[in-house]
Amino acid sequence: MSIFETIIQPDTFDVLIKIGIILLKIVIVVAAAMLHVMYATYFERKSIGHMQVRLGPMEVGPHGVLQPIADGVKLFFKEDIIPADADKPVFYIAPVISLVAALSSLSVIPFFKGFVIANINIGLLFILAMSSLGAYGIIISGWASNSKYSFLGGLRSSAQVISYEIAMGLSLVGVMMMAGSLNISDIVNAQAAYPLRVYAIPQMLGFFVFMVAGIAETNRAPFDLPEAESELVAGYFVEYSGIRFAMFYLSEYIGMIVISLIAVVCFLGGWSGPFDIPYVPFAWLLLKVYFFIFFYYWIRATLPRYRYDQLMSLGWKLLIPLALLNIVITGIAKLML
Amino acid sequence: MAEVNEVKELVVNMGPQHPATHGVLRLVLQLDGETVVKCTPHVGYLHRGIEKLGENMTYLSALPLTDRLDYIASMSNNVGYVVAVEKLFGIEAPERAKFIRTMVAEMSRISSHIIWLGTHALDIGAMTPFLYAFREREWILDLFEMLCGARLTVSYPRIGGVRNDVTQEFLDSLYRFAEEFPKRIEEYETLIDKNRIWLKRTKGIGIISKEEAINWGLTGATLRGSGVPYDVRKYAPYDAYDKVEFDIPIGENGDVYDRYRVRMAEMRQANRILKQCIEKLPEGPIMAPDAPKFTLPPKDRVLKDMESLIHHFVLITKGPMAAPEGEIYVATEVPKGELGFYFVSDGTGRPYRMRVRAPSFVHASVLPRLCEGGLVADVIANIGTIDIVLGECDR
Repeated sequence: MSIFETIIQPDTFDVLIKIGIILLKIVIVVAAAMLHVMYATYFERKSIGHMQVRLGPMEVGPHGVLQPIADGVKLFFKEDIIPADADKPVFYIAPVISLVAALSSLSVIPFFKGFVIANINIGLLFILAMSSLGAYGIIISGWASNSKYSFLGGLRSSAQVISYEIAMGLSLVGVMMMAGSLNISDIVNAQAAYPLRVYAIPQMLGFFVFMVAGIAETNRAPFDLPEAESELVAGYFVEYSGIRFAMFYLSEYIGMIVISLIAVVCFLGGWSGPFDIPYVPFAWLLLKVYFFIFFYYWIRATLPRYRYDQLMSLGWKLLIPLALLNIVITGIAKLML
Repeated sequence: MAEVNEVKELVVNMGPQHPATHGVLRLVLQLDGETVVKCTPHVGYLHRGIEKLGENMTYLSALPLTDRLDYIASMSNNVGYVVAVEKLFGIEAPERAKFIRTMVAEMSRISSHIIWLGTHALDIGAMTPFLYAFREREWILDLFEMLCGARLTVSYPRIGGVRNDVTQEFLDSLYRFAEEFPKRIEEYETLIDKNRIWLKRTKGIGIISKEEAINWGLTGATLRGSGVPYDVRKYAPYDAYDKVEFDIPIGENGDVYDRYRVRMAEMRQANRILKQCIEKLPEGPIMAPDAPKFTLPPKDRVLKDMESLIHHFVLITKGPMAAPEGEIYVATEVPKGELGFYFVSDGTGRPYRMRVRAPSFVHASVLPRLCEGGLVADVIANIGTIDIVLGECDR
């Protein structure tokens, strides 16, 4: 049989079509994510700007709408500087690990009914695994730069990940118990039976812990210790420039979007809403995600930064006990009902 | 095969180029993990030899140098300098000039404290108070511009008075500012005053007791935060400070939070003084009667009036009338603390020695005491709380 004949066999053809569809979905999701990251930065600068009685970007395009594009182009063409004493292979690979880990989390998230790249049964676990993996990028970039400031940033990051990963994982256990599944589409569907079609009300405690731990997980203010500007200058990526810096930046924002997406699908009913919006099945999801992203910005403009040891004690002494309590309460409620 | 390395502390060089060292302060930190074992401040990166320059200039022409000491409160330095020189010469500025100088010194206190608040909050991670604060600083700088044409390096006071009289328009704008400003302080306070994170970052950090604070030679709000009610404006009043009412806010525990509270209260007091100065501003001349011997006459009079021309010539070539021989130390309360000018006069128009007692220099020396044993994040809070300006520290 020639290659052509192999391809047109009914079974092979189906497989190829499936692969093609998956590839198409990946392209769509990655492209959409990149676009959203670009405009998430614009949205951040504008919204924080207006909170701080200034205008934000105004120069490139009307009201600065082309600013993210200009920034992207600039970062592409910037000189890529590698410190002389850096551990080069590790230095190269660190931003890649960060970005890949952040992007791959998107693969298990259902954006609307039936649209998910990989509808696997361990979706939630996969996301947690990927976000832990992302921390490796930060830790080894801090190490590989051979700079004391980035080293301190990397150390802080590893400590932060250990403390907050646990709280975040535990806060999602309640959701898993209620839905009886780790598959994210199933979790969304299971929420339909609850008031307002969300888990946020029965899982209030878990939701709170998840939000706080999620902010810490993405290194955003007030938990932005690994990159504390006024203490460690820029923390782990202080030696990075050009496109490598852009990759860290991208992974931070994608991480933020991913955390918002998990919050939406696990606690706020995912793509479902009070009424259906025709032709745009992902409208509710987007709205909810942008609400969370705005919440991130709002917090950044409002709160001072925690100190490293205070962050640790908050994680271990408050969030983890709260998450455990939530599991106990959920368990008892499940038994009773 | 593998060498066994000795466990050493990590030495981090913080500054002179670092976003939180307020200029060019350099701290060498020895870290054990994140704990600071040893902190060594290094100063001198902004040394311009202002004291030495002052010896080679007449008393009159050295005035603009004092702008460059504490460049964010240049008006206070100018006032400190002219008060000292007036005392050396034994002349007295007229009442109106005294009130105006008090007024502008308090304006510059507010503008300096605003910068302190903004940068201190920014260092601790609160971004928004910084931009709110700069909105009001801009307002004050606009007022300075309206008053004398300059915004930053003003050189407005003169030996024996002030450069030009205030206009009614300026007084009105200033009054509007004084009416509005307390509301703006409340706005800053809503963001950080009772914020849990802010309290955690500032309460119990950088504690310095009353006795220690005095022994270290701290002055200004840094001293008053520890509960010592020492203020040059009350203890040795100069200009119109004995004619206006104000309180000296003090702290209790001497930590970063108390010093923050003291400075916030000081802004309110400064605003109170501003209002009183506007209300009580007397009519009259703005220059001492023997002023031509100390200060350049206006240009139009130089061109038309013989005597003014002679004064101008003598002032430029010889300097002001020879100062009486002797030495003098005069302290004034600038936003950072006690700014002292010490002159040794050999009876000529130039000082034999001009020494500046800069509060920032003294305060920088207390940093190791505050930082050692704390964490890296506390170092940042401590740099902010002592409110130093390196231009003044290095001179």
